[in-house]
Amino acid sequence: MGSIWEYANPVKFSQTVSRFLMPVAVLAAIATIVGLVWGFFFTPDDYRQGATVKIIYLHVPSALMAINIWFMMLVTSLIWLVRRHHVSALAAKAAAPVGVVMTLIALWTGAVWGQPMWGTWWAWDPRLTSFLILFLFYLGYIALWEAIDNPDTAADLTAVLCIVGSVFAMLSRYAVNFWNQGLHQGASIMRAGAVTGTDTEEKVSNVFFYPLMMCIIGFVLFFIALVLLRTRTEIHKRRTRALLARERMA
Amino acid sequence: MKALLLRDLKLAFRAGGGFGLGIAFFLIVVILVPFSVGPDSGLLTKIAPGVLWLGALLACLLSLDRILALDWEDGTLDLVATSPLPLEGVVSVKALAHWLTTGVPLVVAAPVFGVLLNLPPQGFVWLVTSLALGTPALSVIGTFGAALTVGIKRGGLLLSLLILPLYVPTLIFGAELARRGAEGQDITTPLLMLAGITFGVIALLPFASALVLRMNLR
Repeated sequence: MGSIWEYANPVKFSQTVSRFLMPVAVLAAIATIVGLVWGFFFTPDDYRQGATVKIIYLHVPSALMAINIWFMMLVTSLIWLVRRHHVSALAAKAAAPVGVVMTLIALWTGAVWGQPMWGTWWAWDPRLTSFLILFLFYLGYIALWEAIDNPDTAADLTAVLCIVGSVFAMLSRYAVNFWNQGLHQGASIMRAGAVTGTDTEEKVSNVFFYPLMMCIIGFVLFFIALVLLRTRTEIHKRRTRALLARERMA
Repeated sequence: MKALLLRDLKLAFRAGGGFGLGIAFFLIVVILVPFSVGPDSGLLTKIAPGVLWLGALLACLLSLDRILALDWEDGTLDLVATSPLPLEGVVSVKALAHWLTTGVPLVVAAPVFGVLLNLPPQGFVWLVTSLALGTPALSVIGTFGAALTVGIKRGGLLLSLLILPLYVPTLIFGAELARRGAEGQDITTPLLMLAGITFGVIALLPFASALVLRMNLR
């Protein structure tokens, strides 16, 4: 096993993807199905929220992915700008639509849960608002990719947009917090105090925690499988275009 | 750089340069608001700072694609890029010219429009301060967007889609400053945050704008 940069070679990347895609996809399917079935049918209803609590098995993983996908795009954009590996730029491009869908799932499930629990589909709560802004960032990013013909220029510009956008997204997160106090609960799954046992505040009970973890793992694997597949498709698309151009030249 | 600034200003002021279009748009937005929410003066007082900020922001947005697109089309931008001027300086001058032709008139006109929306007397100072402090940020961020989309034909809508999310922090703190000023509350936090955003953006974003412009000119 050599350096990770060997996988920047499109051929090597495609071969590796072909080898790993099936196992990752199968594992993702197993984890998601087990997690969801376990969560939906084998956990008790919450004592106050009833069955609606079960929406967290979709809501939490998708929200987690929505943010982390943007972060992954930031990293791959930086790699593209610094080391000029095409695979990296294409991975960022491939991840963006998945991120949009994850953001939409998080917003949608949140609204469906919020209607009976908060009494409203939507509130201008900081977290909700930040997600809406994140959604707009994703849309702008994808639109810019689509609008530019030259693939290298498109990769460059979207990479810079991703970096500048990240800074502004964080600024917005802070600004929105300042602008309105929230309805949304704080982080209740991962907290330093919860691990050491010093945290006396309520957190998610273990009964819900394990299937939720399963769902999160499933979503992560699902995302990895999708990005690998979509990146490989982008590489193939580019190869096809190059071959066609060469044929026309001949 | 001075010559470039003067040239941009001259082009903007002469016929067809689009000077005054921003203010006219701002005026129309402000006039349309009472038609849509009703003439209740209490309600207007309450929403005046927000509406004025939103109107100024949209008026700014309107003229963004003129910053670089015209120079791109007739090749001026290539000439400027090959000149000894650093491109960072060029985009800063472009942003400054945009602010002088769009931002400053908006700041000057805002108090008049404030009267139309029944802004309370103590709110005028902070409305003008917030706009004077916030519009440079709008111009600089807008120049980044213009540099990003300069190579795209009919990129105006895309420009709006890219730029509006970037405007969120400026809008929040600017409108909050104007609102708190109008209601006589403590204005320190939004004032400092708005100033921080503006100066941070002026200091850093021209480098990103020049970078994307170079990518586009390649």
